Amino acid sequence: MTTTKSLIKNNTFYDSLTLMRISKNASELKEIIQAVTVMGSEINKRMLDDVGLLTDNIKHATTNDVIISVSGKTNSAVESALEAIEKMLVDVNPPRITESVPRTIEAALERLPDANLALISVPGPFAKLEAEKALKRGLNVMLFSDGVSIADELELKKEAEKKDLLMMGPGCGTAIINGIGLGFANVVQKGQVGIVGAAGTGIQQVTTLIHQKGYGISNAIGTGGRDLSNDIGGIMMHKGIKILENDNDTKVIVLISKPPDPKIERTILEKSYTKPVIFCFIGGEAPEPSRTINAPIIVTVHTLEEAAIAAIALVKKEKWSKIIFSRPMEEVMRIAEREWLKLNPQQKYVRGLYSGGTLCSESFIILSRLLVNVYSNVTRSKFELKDVRNSQKHTCLDMGEEEFTAGRAHPMIDPLLRQQRIVSEAKDQECAVILLDIVLGYGSHIDPAGELVNSIRDAKALCEKEGRYLSIVASVTGTDKDPQGLKNQMDKLISIGVVLMESNAQAARMAALIATRGSTMQNLERS
Amino acid sequence: MSTGKLIGEANQKAVSKIISARPRLVDIKPAIEAIPGMKKDLVLHAGPPITWDRMCGSFRGAIVGALMYENLAKNMEEAERLIKNQEILLQPCHDHHAVGSMAGITTASMPVFVIQNEEYGNYAYSNIREERVKALRYGFYGEETTKNLKWVERTLAPALKAAIKESGGIDMRSLIAKALHMGDDGHNENTASTVLFATYIMPSLLRTGYDKDVIYEVASWLAYDERFSSTAVFAACKASLDPAHNIENCTLVTTMCRNGTDFGIRVSCLGDEWFTAPSPMVDALYFPGFTKDDASLDMGDSCVTETAGIGAFVMAAAPSMIQFVGGTVSDAINYTKEMHEITEGRNVNYTIPYLDFVGAPVGIDLVKVVKTGTTPVINTSIAHKEAGIGQIGAGMTKVPLECFQKALEATVRKMNL
Amino acid sequence: MHVINIGLELFAETLANQNVNVLHVEWKPPAGGDNKMMELLSKLEEL
Repeated sequence: MTTTKSLIKNNTFYDSLTLMRISKNASELKEIIQAVTVMGSEINKRMLDDVGLLTDNIKHATTNDVIISVSGKTNSAVESALEAIEKMLVDVNPPRITESVPRTIEAALERLPDANLALISVPGPFAKLEAEKALKRGLNVMLFSDGVSIADELELKKEAEKKDLLMMGPGCGTAIINGIGLGFANVVQKGQVGIVGAAGTGIQQVTTLIHQKGYGISNAIGTGGRDLSNDIGGIMMHKGIKILENDNDTKVIVLISKPPDPKIERTILEKSYTKPVIFCFIGGEAPEPSRTINAPIIVTVHTLEEAAIAAIALVKKEKWSKIIFSRPMEEVMRIAEREWLKLNPQQKYVRGLYSGGTLCSESFIILSRLLVNVYSNVTRSKFELKDVRNSQKHTCLDMGEEEFTAGRAHPMIDPLLRQQRIVSEAKDQECAVILLDIVLGYGSHIDPAGELVNSIRDAKALCEKEGRYLSIVASVTGTDKDPQGLKNQMDKLISIGVVLMESNAQAARMAALIATRGSTMQNLERS
Repeated sequence: MSTGKLIGEANQKAVSKIISARPRLVDIKPAIEAIPGMKKDLVLHAGPPITWDRMCGSFRGAIVGALMYENLAKNMEEAERLIKNQEILLQPCHDHHAVGSMAGITTASMPVFVIQNEEYGNYAYSNIREERVKALRYGFYGEETTKNLKWVERTLAPALKAAIKESGGIDMRSLIAKALHMGDDGHNENTASTVLFATYIMPSLLRTGYDKDVIYEVASWLAYDERFSSTAVFAACKASLDPAHNIENCTLVTTMCRNGTDFGIRVSCLGDEWFTAPSPMVDALYFPGFTKDDASLDMGDSCVTETAGIGAFVMAAAPSMIQFVGGTVSDAINYTKEMHEITEGRNVNYTIPYLDFVGAPVGIDLVKVVKTGTTPVINTSIAHKEAGIGQIGAGMTKVPLECFQKALEATVRKMNL
Repeated sequence: MHVINIGLELFAETLANQNVNVLHVEWKPPAGGDNKMMELLSKLEEL
């Protein structure tokens, strides 16, 4: 059975295309066979007649009227359709302002000819290509992408060198240029400390600690993790140093990296510096600087925190001294004891789960000096963790490494894998302490602490149920000015029983103290 | 010189040729006189080469209509027999420097517009609209169709020819440029160019000495068929593109066309080789009573306009067609910007006021298409798939990527890389 | 500083939050990631 109903809207005009669109939408309504909206011209009425929609009540319509005519399977469907059509006629479509987005760097340069930096984070296989295009067009480059071959990195850096451009990366996640944070960077005040770093979260830890103590950063240049390898030869490190030497805002230079290739290290140490330089080579059995170094003051440090402390001291033109803990030793021991007394005798291991690669490396070095049998996926020594899914004895895990990030976002953005790992470590009866980094700033998750709270709570509850205690030790890398808010993040963690330490290095030491029931205290000096 | 440079230089050379073209409507002549290689037993059609068995209904209908007009066949069966016996041959219009709208069927007696590219001396041709709705190009055939075609042959064409000769011809580039600034796109919106055409031709028409009734019929036709000038515009585009064909190392697309079954392209450095893929369904609005189940696939040589950088490529200046796909003016502008990303040059003669008078995107680069995955956009009318029903809607479509992928492979082979 | 950001839109957002003049490029792999096409394109030195 077919029902056909029509109506006229007198003295109403719509253009034919609008009416055609409405007809199309109405024809797709439930149980509707045909729906037409047209102006009441003779030719339209003839057309309606041809398709059986010219009911008597609309035959008198004129070119100034809109005809709505609908046929459907049921009365109610037709009535609803008529109503819907009337509504469509009344509804006004707000214009969608859609600016077309450029899809290539060439198109982008047409729109922004003044561009001077390309920030590139495309998948690895395409990274070199895009970086090359940018350099060819005279842009400085920050290359966040990983998975670029050494040969390609060398080619890019040589090209950049020739053109006197910056080629930060590949694998460069952090830079601060003229007060602007690029990639994962914290909001820190401007100041007199300049940094060149082959270590993203390393830069973040140093810059935030400097800010927290009331001082600031002139520029922080990233070079990518492999810059100081033999193959690359430290091209960008040298360039970064040159820039900071010539930068009037920079009074003190800090160099951060994992231990460079000895040959390359020598070229860095043997430069001529006009400003005080701090060498922070994490995990370095870095040789004490030889007498051939030409610089007003040279300092070698072994932790990121020390780099920050020394840098500030140099700005203030004061002496600096190593610290082991910010707080008095008795207080630290009290906190540690409170934790270790709750442990089960079989609980002995520290499990570090890191989102920041450099922070993981630093902890790995420190723990290796305080404990025996510390494994990690950041080392290729005999303590390399072969199966990253299963921790062994003491373990320091960089969850930003490729085996965890293939096809996923970085753990600083996506907390899921770490949330799961916290709980699975808690299930290990021998796990005593979980060691964490929480990294704030641009690019990071809006609430990293909040994202960990539930997993931490679940993990602790799980252990409690099985007659164990799970100690969680952490540090927050961030500032009060970061979007996440340092205090807010710290409060969330403290409220669920996390032991928060002032730096990554101190957190690692605390974890070792707890795990060894305080017996590693005498070794703290050499960590 | 590096391959990249060779290609770049060739493309630059080719696109300058397209931009510097000066097409002029100089004459009207019967196809057999005007079109090189035309014969009494040859039927030219839109799109790439195709055999009878693969054609859709409206395409076949148009061929039958033309053969009936030429008195070569009395009906569909006879026409089919002649074709299957190869007593009548079928070839693309494009192989003869011609273009045809929708089915685009062109036969010996049909008068065609003659456009000369005065910059390079080459010619291009297209037939003349004889009916607005029940036209040959939509697959109509029979007495009425023959009558309309005869009217063009005997009444419309001679008078217009005389007028064109009297006037010294019509500068098509200037006409297109003006019409673009009046909201035309050259492909589906041609009202402004038809009005301009009529205005230019009228004084000469009045001077031709044809009697008042003939002049009245011709003038009334121009007033009634607001898309009349479109086929002349198509031929002007063809005349502009041909000099850019057969340039060594040039990866620009010089032909795009469809026959209701296949979409075909040709590339400058690859000569006469066709690269085809199934013709797409058009994303469309249909007239009341019709749905996409009634539609033929994309058809016609009219996307010679997009090939030359107008039509859908200048949607930013002529956005009305975007409404057929429920888009907004912003969308129309973005389409033009997208086309800028796959073309070699900007045509300074055809400018887009809204985009600060940037030149239309011209010179589709096969390489840019494959690299970006963005294929050319086309606005088009849609025919019913059966003969003798006519236009059933209009909308937008994109050229199949497959055509360009095939052409890219051929290019690499041709250059021995 | 005038930045062109290619890849993760997140980085363009953080720059915009710092009032930096940044233009985001909606990057797609060339030829839609089609290996065969990419090989052909590189032979023409068009990658």
